[in-house]
Amino acid sequence: MSETLIDTSAAPKRGLPRWLRGNDAIIFAVLLVVILVSCISVKNFASTLTVGFLLIQIVPIILIAMPMALVIISGEIDLSVASTAGLTSAVMGVLWRDSGLDIGIVIVLCLLVGVAAGAFNGFLITTLGLPSLAVTIGTLALYRGLALVVIGDGKVSNFPTWLTDLSTAKIGATGIPVVMILVLVVIAFFGVLLHFTPFGRGLYALGFSKEAATFVGIRVGHAKFWLFVATGLVSSLVGVYWTLRFASAGPDNATGIELSVIAAVLLGGVSIFGGKGTIPGVVAGVLLIGTLTYALRLAKVPETTLTIVTGALLVISVVGPSLTGWIRERIRLARVRREVQRLSTSGHISA
Amino acid sequence: MELFHISGGSGSRRGRRIAAVAALAASVALVATGCAGSGDATSTDSAGGDSPGSIVFLPKQLNNPYTDVVLGGGDTAAGEIGFSASTLGPLEASASAQVPFIEQATQEGANVIVIAANDPDAVGPSLKQAREAGAKIVAFDSDTNPDFRDVFVSQVVAKDVGLVQLEMISKQLGAEGGDIAILSATATATNQNEWIKYIEDELASNPDYANINLVTTVYGDDDADKSFKEAQGLLQSYPNLKGIISPTTVGIAAAAKYLSTSDYKGKVALTGLGLPNEMREFVKDGTVTEFALWDPAQLGYVAAYAGQALLDGTITGAEGDTFTAGDLGEKTVGADGIIVVGPPTKFNADNIDDYDF
Repeated sequence: MSETLIDTSAAPKRGLPRWLRGNDAIIFAVLLVVILVSCISVKNFASTLTVGFLLIQIVPIILIAMPMALVIISGEIDLSVASTAGLTSAVMGVLWRDSGLDIGIVIVLCLLVGVAAGAFNGFLITTLGLPSLAVTIGTLALYRGLALVVIGDGKVSNFPTWLTDLSTAKIGATGIPVVMILVLVVIAFFGVLLHFTPFGRGLYALGFSKEAATFVGIRVGHAKFWLFVATGLVSSLVGVYWTLRFASAGPDNATGIELSVIAAVLLGGVSIFGGKGTIPGVVAGVLLIGTLTYALRLAKVPETTLTIVTGALLVISVVGPSLTGWIRERIRLARVRREVQRLSTSGHISA
Repeated sequence: MELFHISGGSGSRRGRRIAAVAALAASVALVATGCAGSGDATSTDSAGGDSPGSIVFLPKQLNNPYTDVVLGGGDTAAGEIGFSASTLGPLEASASAQVPFIEQATQEGANVIVIAANDPDAVGPSLKQAREAGAKIVAFDSDTNPDFRDVFVSQVVAKDVGLVQLEMISKQLGAEGGDIAILSATATATNQNEWIKYIEDELASNPDYANINLVTTVYGDDDADKSFKEAQGLLQSYPNLKGIISPTTVGIAAAAKYLSTSDYKGKVALTGLGLPNEMREFVKDGTVTEFALWDPAQLGYVAAYAGQALLDGTITGAEGDTFTAGDLGEKTVGADGIIVVGPPTKFNADNIDDYDF
């Protein structure tokens, strides 16, 4: 009998694919409602301009959110992402201004900066065994400081026009930015990596228990190191994109977006304690926070109120799952008790 | 057994549905409150109905006292013109934080965007999009790259700032002239050094100022205490000193404080650049006759009128174009599309109570 009870709670549900159930489904539903309500009630929201502006505004967040989701699922955190992007931007500016190299080579070198920054984080965390929170708080300041050393308080802005135009170009009349192709590739890469490879599944195990993961043969240090290299690489990609989009390389580029990224990742259902979360959920989380901010701004909600709304949303998203989990468990236990009582009184329990 | 299974499944599904409904309700409530607020805002904004257009002010950041005065002038002008005006902006003055607001203004179909750029280039691509959508771009306070705007409204030109101070001290010293000194900010302050250079050049070249003799320039480092001591030192070292020019708000206030408590009160002229609110008591007690500063409200005022002139085609941003900026009269577009608001405003006992900044 007890076996049946356990089976009941874990039984696979028919209908929706697995990733569309549970928390992900709620986030997607909320996102749809926000979009619908905005279309109906916010002036100027329902237009192709919205698609373009909104998507371009969230590009940096959604890109970094992908590797960040994997890092948080594996029980770590990377706070240095925005500074890595800033450092990349500074290096890009100086290389373009002083080296005379082709812009393609400059961009490749910039991505290597990100790989190096990520590898340095990874080295400190895995080889020296330091906590990622402490390490990346340190490199958050370090990389931003290096950016200032590299470029000073100057700006470089004379990037090739075709490239800066491309960064905000739209696909035909759809209003969808061309850069979304790159974003989709990155999402697909990390989605497949997390959900369809042994490496990705290992990250969940890692997030639940490092010791257990080691026992079942996951190379913990190896996995973590490459995760930090991945956040470094994607952050530098964002640094390059940021520089081109604003046609301006400076040391203060992308300041503070690490918190927006982490907020969106948590809103997307990734557990800050590790071991839980999905890529579709994170994508929905980023879109939800982006759309809500965009719609509220368009509805002329003051900026100060807006920060309160997004802050409250984040708290709800963190408290919500554990609260509903607790309630669900209470309901289940009550039902089990009722059923057991009913069955025992009717005599079926003897079977 | 089978019955049990089904009831279990639908039970947990119900729990999930309750959670989903709760989340939806919360988000609907959020958006609805947002929209209620917006309804009020737009109804007051576009009260004109057949408004000649809409103007959006994008300061470097919101909630800055200086910005508030500038925008006050902008709102006054927008009201006179009949524009529906709104102000958008970030809470922090970072390079790229303005961009989402430019995009928002574009989406709302703003006819005129008046912007004080945090970064001359970072706002470029989005201003380009705004122009493609038909908006006229007026930069004020802090210019963008000239490629991205139609005109730039500048508060003052450095030469005017220098000369107005010399003019005031000359008037206050009278026909006999005398020795004067300058109490500046720091020795490396770019603005102050530029103004002082114009003062020195004018003293050397203009025969009207032949009887005025600049004896020294001292530096109070924009520190009230140091400026106070420097003012004290000047009067000890140069007993024949007849006047002091302090081209910095900290310096003039400190010097006025010293003079007002000394025997030199009313005998040594003091002028320069000061804030009306800080200088009011010294003007009233006779320590200071007249000083100057630009009126930030005029900046917003002229910017709004420049936007109107661009919109109705009076000006295109070409050198030599002229337009009428309400009460401030005719303004001319100079080289590089720069419009100068005008010479600094002079404050004296007659008008100081009209200003609050």
